[in-house]
Amino acid sequence: MLDTLLPILIFSALALAVIGAVRRIRLWRRGRPARVDLLRGLAAMPRRYLVDLHHVVARDKVMSNTHVATAGGFVAAAVLMILVHGLGLAQGVLGWPLLAASAAMFVGSLFVAKRRRNPPARLSKGPWMRLPKSLMAFSLSVFLITLPTLDILPAGAGNWILALALSAVLVWGLGEMFFGMTWGGPMKHAFAGALHLAFHRRPERFSTKGGEGNRSTGLKALNLDDSKAPLGVETPSDFTWNQLLGFDACVQCGRCEAMCPAFAAGQPLNPKKLIQDMVVGMAGGSDAHYAGSPYPDKPIGEHRGHPHGPIVAREGTALVDAETLWSCTTCRACVEECPMMIEHVDAIVDMRRFLTLEHGNTPGKGAEVLDNLIATDNPGGFDPGSRMHWAADLNLPLMRDVGEAEVLLWLGDGVFDMRNQRTLRALVKILRAAGVDFAVLGNEERDSGDVARRLGDEATFQSLAKRNIATLGKYRFQRIVTCDPHSFHVLGNEYGTLGGVYAVFHHSTYIAELYEAGRLHFAPWKGGSVTYHDPCYLGRYNGEYEAPRNVLKALGIEVAEMQRSGFRSRCCGGGGGAPITDIPGKQRIPDMRMNDVKETGAELVAVGCPQCTAMLEGVVDATAEVRDIAELVADALMERSADSGDGNDSTRTPQPVAEARPVVKEVTP
Amino acid sequence: MRPDTQVPGAQKTGTQATGAQRDGALEVAVLVSVGRHPVTGRARRADQDARGVELALSLDRARITLLHAGGFDEESESAIRGYLGMGFPAMTLVEQPQGADVIPALADKLNEARPQLVIAGERAERGEGSGLLPYLLAERLGWPLVNGLADVEKIEHGVATLLQALPRGQRRRLQVRLPAIVTVDAAASAARQSAFGPAQRGEIEAEPAAVEWDEAPPEWNVAPARKRPKRLKIVKAASARDRFKAAAAKAEGAGGQVLTDVTPEQGAEEIFKLLKDEGVLR
Repeated sequence: MLDTLLPILIFSALALAVIGAVRRIRLWRRGRPARVDLLRGLAAMPRRYLVDLHHVVARDKVMSNTHVATAGGFVAAAVLMILVHGLGLAQGVLGWPLLAASAAMFVGSLFVAKRRRNPPARLSKGPWMRLPKSLMAFSLSVFLITLPTLDILPAGAGNWILALALSAVLVWGLGEMFFGMTWGGPMKHAFAGALHLAFHRRPERFSTKGGEGNRSTGLKALNLDDSKAPLGVETPSDFTWNQLLGFDACVQCGRCEAMCPAFAAGQPLNPKKLIQDMVVGMAGGSDAHYAGSPYPDKPIGEHRGHPHGPIVAREGTALVDAETLWSCTTCRACVEECPMMIEHVDAIVDMRRFLTLEHGNTPGKGAEVLDNLIATDNPGGFDPGSRMHWAADLNLPLMRDVGEAEVLLWLGDGVFDMRNQRTLRALVKILRAAGVDFAVLGNEERDSGDVARRLGDEATFQSLAKRNIATLGKYRFQRIVTCDPHSFHVLGNEYGTLGGVYAVFHHSTYIAELYEAGRLHFAPWKGGSVTYHDPCYLGRYNGEYEAPRNVLKALGIEVAEMQRSGFRSRCCGGGGGAPITDIPGKQRIPDMRMNDVKETGAELVAVGCPQCTAMLEGVVDATAEVRDIAELVADALMERSADSGDGNDSTRTPQPVAEARPVVKEVTP
Repeated sequence: MRPDTQVPGAQKTGTQATGAQRDGALEVAVLVSVGRHPVTGRARRADQDARGVELALSLDRARITLLHAGGFDEESESAIRGYLGMGFPAMTLVEQPQGADVIPALADKLNEARPQLVIAGERAERGEGSGLLPYLLAERLGWPLVNGLADVEKIEHGVATLLQALPRGQRRRLQVRLPAIVTVDAAASAARQSAFGPAQRGEIEAEPAAVEWDEAPPEWNVAPARKRPKRLKIVKAASARDRFKAAAAKAEGAGGQVLTDVTPEQGAEEIFKLLKDEGVLR
């Protein structure tokens, strides 16, 4: 009886899956067109899955092995099942691997079940709670129906009631695995995820046989010349179709939620919920069925959306509240953690663009900052002619005078900030000590456009960028060095599409290089213990984790690492215009970060970003001092020749540790 | 804040109903100019004019026309598009060359459009910036003018109830029969953000107008402004409390006089005398 029933069951499940797939694809196709190399993407998909995705999943070893067993077992079992039971091919030969595959899947599903017994808060519940049972139903029933084909059990064993019961379990398993995959069950992630990897919006992210993937982190430019081109995303269908596909691929594992600084601070953002809201909007409906953690303090079931309805309402509620979008610090912790390679930050900035460029509704001080950027080329509204006042005594060579230099020192808007001026002075001292041929743009420099772009004002960003590119084009230099990772990222990764291609270095990278070339000499470190805070725009955006640590090592500092460091570094709260929009939460992000510092017992936290310095120094009752790497280096600089009288303090005989605590001192050369 | 009520210029209003009153909408014209950023001097939407637009946007059932009289080049376009970015599909440009007196052209335009309410900034950020334009317009049109508006409270049966800002946060409630000209300064609520999309899409409808040249300016000597010395009020106070009271006290004009029921000649004579005493006229 099973012999006749099985092919019917299998092929009807497959047929339903195909119908569901067509429906799902039509949902995605509601998005805007995007240029995707379909065939090349499909060809690259297995590698993207097995190498790049696995690389992320493998950060959690148990889960990674569980997934390999379950997913690998399922794919093998499904294919073999179709061949053996569906088409009746080579039953004797293929039966054995089918048994093995379903057994592996069953073992995997036991581990899935174990994790679901006391699931961490980040996991979604609801239909996801039945998934281990469905996996077991599928694997077990496939295992059992395969036994008779291998004559392990005689075909007549049991009676038809047993066969019927077995078929019922199989129907459940097939339903979840095939039908649910394309009709919106938890297994949707396999179907949508595979296609998402193939048609990803940033194919350059993935590794190839030739080597590592690039960090594709620069935001995509809007076309402002075409008056018909939309300015950002208003409705779910304004996303490109492959962005919608990406949202649909989410497995709701909540790794993003666990890493999101805004969520931890109690601000109304949860990256996982945001992606699910986009799925709700794409299909149309309410978020009432969402079974994960909500946005802090925002009850579930009050928001609803439509593919062609607004995501953010001008008044009242729609799919998402504006403050959710403005809570993001664009730190990319979610993107870095996402095993599905979903691009949360792109989506958030796309929606912000609409709010700023069409609604004119940037919250907090946003409008004022943007107006300042337009009128004065800096966010603070300072006189652009006073850019070099901080360096009145330094006699910095101006590009306008010299025309050419090996290094163009990009100062950034920190020139107006008295705290950052100390860092800049330290950096100048270092460059002079190493004998670097450098020059600055002086008053010709403008804000890089970072804040404007992340506040969604693409127009102001492009205006600033184009004028900066024109200025830079007048001079000859080999590289740009900056102490601001935000400028570093924008100049290095986002000016390219507007026609400005430069070799940009963060000052820590450049200092590390100078040290290795023997152009800098440091006195041994005599201070207390030190930890290092990775700036998001240096680390996750640009992959520079080593150089700052190498510089600290060269200074003789052993870094007491925080639990969240490197690619998992917690944001200081200063990125993405978050201090400007200032969405309230339950606690402040920099306070949480300084708590991380406190846990290491460090007396000093080294940073490499003016934003991080400002945010972390704004923490009251901090247990550690905040110093930029450049300041630490400048303090430790040692003249190479002993006879050049003016060696600084650090060259003298070692002092007792208590007195050698780093103090702020004038670092003018 | 003791609002007292006055009805200035009530008898001056024309009796003919303007077109907009028929369908219940309030016809509002806002005069907007090209501003100048105080730090960099770049063209921008003028702060007070933008506050005027904001005030217009706060009115119920208002049909708002933005009017700009002046030249049109790349710099001024980006500035006046800033007003469109506050959410307008179009605005009217009364074309006037550099050096023209825009008052006749504006008065003709307003006479023809007959809005019930005209809103303008107190003074321009470029050009003469004398702040006289609204007054000269009001004189020409024969409409009442209220300056320093903080808010329009309501408009009913052709009478507007206005809140005028006085120094030190004081407010005076006024009623004025429409049509009228009102001007706003920094006491009115700040302008909303200008959005790029509507600013770029908005249409600037140019309307040619007769040109009358401003005769006076070519004869003037223009020099950069200097900071003028400020007359200090010396406060002899023994305690901090007295000093605070003195600093927060209402400016009391000592020695002033209120003239009522005098002929214009007598009034003019008194003002002439005061100006002589103050050394304004020599």
